[in-house]
Amino acid sequence: MAENVYIERDRDWQPPALTPAYRSTTFRSPNHKPLRFDQTISEIAGPTFGHDIIGELDNDLILNFAKPGEEPIGERIMVHGRILDQNARPVPGVLVEFWQANAGGRYRHKNDAYLAPLDPNFGGCGRTVTNADGYFSFRTIRPGPYPWPNGGNDWRPAHIHFSLFGSGFAQRLISQMYFEGDPLIWLCPIVGVIPDKKGIEQLIARLDMDATIPMDLIAYKFDIILRGNNSTMFENKLEGN
Amino acid sequence: MTKPNILHESPSQTAGPYVHIGCAPNFVGIQMYGGKDLASNMLDPETSGERITLTGTITDGDGKLVLDGLVEIWQADANGVYPSAADTSGTADPHFTGFGRCPTNLDTGIYQFQTIKPGQTKMRDGRAQAPHITMWIVARGINIGLQTRVYFPDESANATDPLLQSVPEDRRHTLIAHKLDDQTYQFNIVLQGDEETVFLDI
Ligand SMILES: [Fe+3]
Repeated sequence: MAENVYIERDRDWQPPALTPAYRSTTFRSPNHKPLRFDQTISEIAGPTFGHDIIGELDNDLILNFAKPGEEPIGERIMVHGRILDQNARPVPGVLVEFWQANAGGRYRHKNDAYLAPLDPNFGGCGRTVTNADGYFSFRTIRPGPYPWPNGGNDWRPAHIHFSLFGSGFAQRLISQMYFEGDPLIWLCPIVGVIPDKKGIEQLIARLDMDATIPMDLIAYKFDIILRGNNSTMFENKLEGN
Repeated sequence: MTKPNILHESPSQTAGPYVHIGCAPNFVGIQMYGGKDLASNMLDPETSGERITLTGTITDGDGKLVLDGLVEIWQADANGVYPSAADTSGTADPHFTGFGRCPTNLDTGIYQFQTIKPGQTKMRDGRAQAPHITMWIVARGINIGLQTRVYFPDESANATDPLLQSVPEDRRHTLIAHKLDDQTYQFNIVLQGDEETVFLDI
């Protein structure tokens, strides 16, 4: 039987639970370190999502909430990239869900009371499933930055939230994507929970002029790395996983 | 152990207070995906196994309910087979998804799943695992999703479950649900403090 064990999660690369500069972690961070345990089928297996669950406009935030003949206000963009594992292999069949504020920095959510208006043509969510090359893409409006209550004058850089479902439950990950060149990235306490500057850079999408569509939209490239299969570390098991 | 040429996993970031928009849009009134949120239903009328309700709350270190959380569960079917290509131990029940997702209620903080009691599964070395449900919790203020397991009370296999037995005895009870009635199990999650739930790094 194939040993399909995932590489141990690097807890020094990932943010710690308690990061006081991001105040919401104060009472929501466990005091104990998570307990290490050998992977079992419960973590190696994971739910399967077929391309059949994805509707035609699910990955098009420009159109998937707009009234017929109308479109949301803002900078038209495409975000695309590949989902790879730690061994640089594409991960096909990943359910990618994304959500974001509108161009003014306002979320369509009853708990968001920011001054900026809702856009009647923008819902702010979408989803897709990666193809055999681990590739995904979606069209949207560039989200605006927004202020948030954290005790000071804190502004979130423009960002898109990502939820990722790979092959095994051990690969489950939620993160955020930022935009190249945004000065707010380096001031944000939520970005700042990531211990290594290179880790932060891993979450910054790059302007991709090659994929930009002239007179239509600007493209950003964003690759995501999920936990990889451990068996590739042993030469006699290079095949069959 | 050296790990040549291994890339770093992308860093996690909090799901934030508006996780519903992306993961359960219909729950907050955003009409998407045919009006049905992903994994809001795990069963159909033909699913095999004992129907159960799994419900509970998330409490923070200040004793306050988490009203903006999202809970996901993942479990084997009634025969202990996961509906996943990775599980080659048998044929999974085609009427069971194994995967559920439920936000905590914006006012009451309660999450609730209608599912079935999972069967026993095996460790990779062949030892039996007691019936359990894998749970994953995200919310504002949680930098990386918290994983835990829900075990069942009055289950003799708990006494020899390798994971449960590796948990310090004084904290083991935090992984065992309470039986409220014949088919309802309560599993309250405590993020921080004396009764802190055991979270797992697997
Ligand atoms: Fe946000």
